[in-house]
Formats: sequence, C-alpha cells, structure tokens
Amino acid sequence: MPKFADIKPGDTLPERQYRPTNVSLFLYNAAIWNAHRIHYDEIYTKEVEKHPAVVVDGPLQGDWLAQAVLNWLGDDGELVEFEYSNRRSSYIGDTLVSGGKVESVDPEKREAEFSLFVKVEGGDITAPGRAIVRFHA
Amino acid sequence: MGMISDEARKMIGQSDPAVHVEISRRDIVKYSVSTEQTLEKYLNGDEAPPMFLFGALRPVISMDQLGPDGIANASLVPELPLKRVMAGGTKTRYFRQVKPGDKLVATRTLSDMYEKSGSQGPLVFLVYTLDVKTEAGEPVVEETQTRIVR
Repeated sequence: MPKFADIKPGDTLPERQYRPTNVSLFLYNAAIWNAHRIHYDEIYTKEVEKHPAVVVDGPLQGDWLAQAVLNWLGDDGELVEFEYSNRRSSYIGDTLVSGGKVESVDPEKREAEFSLFVKVEGGDITAPGRAIVRFHA
Repeated sequence: MGMISDEARKMIGQSDPAVHVEISRRDIVKYSVSTEQTLEKYLNGDEAPPMFLFGALRPVISMDQLGPDGIANASLVPELPLKRVMAGGTKTRYFRQVKPGDKLVATRTLSDMYEKSGSQGPLVFLVYTLDVKTEAGEPVVEETQTRIVR
C-alpha cells in the first residue's frame, strides 16, 4: 500500500512478467471482439502481413501498462490520465515485462505522474506509457 | 509520401453515429480474466479496468462486413494505398469509473490524419477522438486513439 507522503520521483513500480499464448490472445481478442487475423492465424500473419509470428495486441500491452500502476495503487486512489503507444510489435514466444517509475509528485493535487513500459525481456520497449493517478485524501 | 488523397483528407471531422452500450458484469469479468488482472474489483466485475472500454465500444457488425484480414470495414477509415493496420495508442482522461449497469453513449470522430516515414516504409496515422458520457450526460472518458496504417 503506497503512502502518498512517502512517494518521490525515481521510485520504481514492481515489474511483472507476461508470456502471452495462443489461448490468452484468443480470449483477449474474443473479449474485445477483435477478429484481426494477426492475433490468431499464424499462416496468414506470416504470409500476408509478413510478421515472424502471431502478434501480441498493442491495446493488451496498454492494459498491462495501466495495471503496472493500478496494481501498485490498489484502492488508495484512481487513474486520472493514461496514455500509451505501440512502438514495435511483439510476438507469441516473447516474454514481456511491465514496470515504471514515478516522474513527478504534485502534493497540492495529491497526484503522481508515472512513466511506464512494456518491454521484451532483455530487449526493447514495445509499449511506452504515462499515467497520472490521484490519491484519495 | 503522398499517401493521403484529397478525397481521404475530406473525411477529417466526420463522426460515426453515437454508440449506446449497456455495461455487463460478465463482460467485465471476461475482459479482466483475459488481461490477467489481479485486483478483486476487476475480477469480480464490480468495476471495469480502465482499458475495458476499448473493447466494449468496438462495433459489433455482421461477418460479411469484415475484411479478409478480419477487421471490420468500419466507417471513418479512408481509402489508402497502404493496407496493414496496427493499433497505435491512446491518450485518455478519466472522469468516472465504469460499473455494471452503466448505460453509456460514445461518439467517435476522425479528427486528423498524417504521414510519417517509418524504418520499413511510409506510415499513415489516423487519429480519432472518442467522447463517452452516461445517458444522463455525465462525462466518463475523453480519449484520443491512433491507428497506424503501413
């Protein structure tokens, strides 16, 4: 449970690993009603869209970015602003890692701003993000 | 460069008809499981994770309106010489949590399109603004969404 008064720029969020599979991507794309074949049809993905393997959804990584800060925050506050971008593709077989750190703290508003990332383990960031959370008084 | 025709550019400013969605607990639970949430309020469906609306507001249309890539032939997508579509990103301002039983109204507008040179060739960015309110007019979310066509 974070205490607002103790938070300072540079504090890091716990990192978390994800290993997306055909099953997890099927369930995610069913839940968001997305039939884009690059997320489940390996032959199509390679032959037509020229990816090396089935593609992990960008918005799924966006969700993992949001979770990086919200799981840390728990019920102590709420998300005010969130953004992310899909910088490069990642694929089934990749281990992805989410995390982030405090960039700034606004005591007057009881808000903290975070930079967030999802990256391939040991490799490049695939989805950078930013979030502002407001702590309950 | 020169991927965006004058005809395509004329679509900037156009909106889809408003989408009305009633939020179900079961849909929140499915989303929460599939995104590997850990907080009870999400897994129980008491509250929707912030990114839930990305899926909840996607159009549900007949299969003959899906392209060979599986993507809906949605409105507000201009004719472009590039065909491969990627989700770009979102920037969202949250005003209120989304909970089961909420009746929401969403309006999506194509607000901009522009070109960039990527490392593997030209890219076209389509920018949409999404305004979500309750049926009573209470603001829920204001979002900018980007889709990348390559």
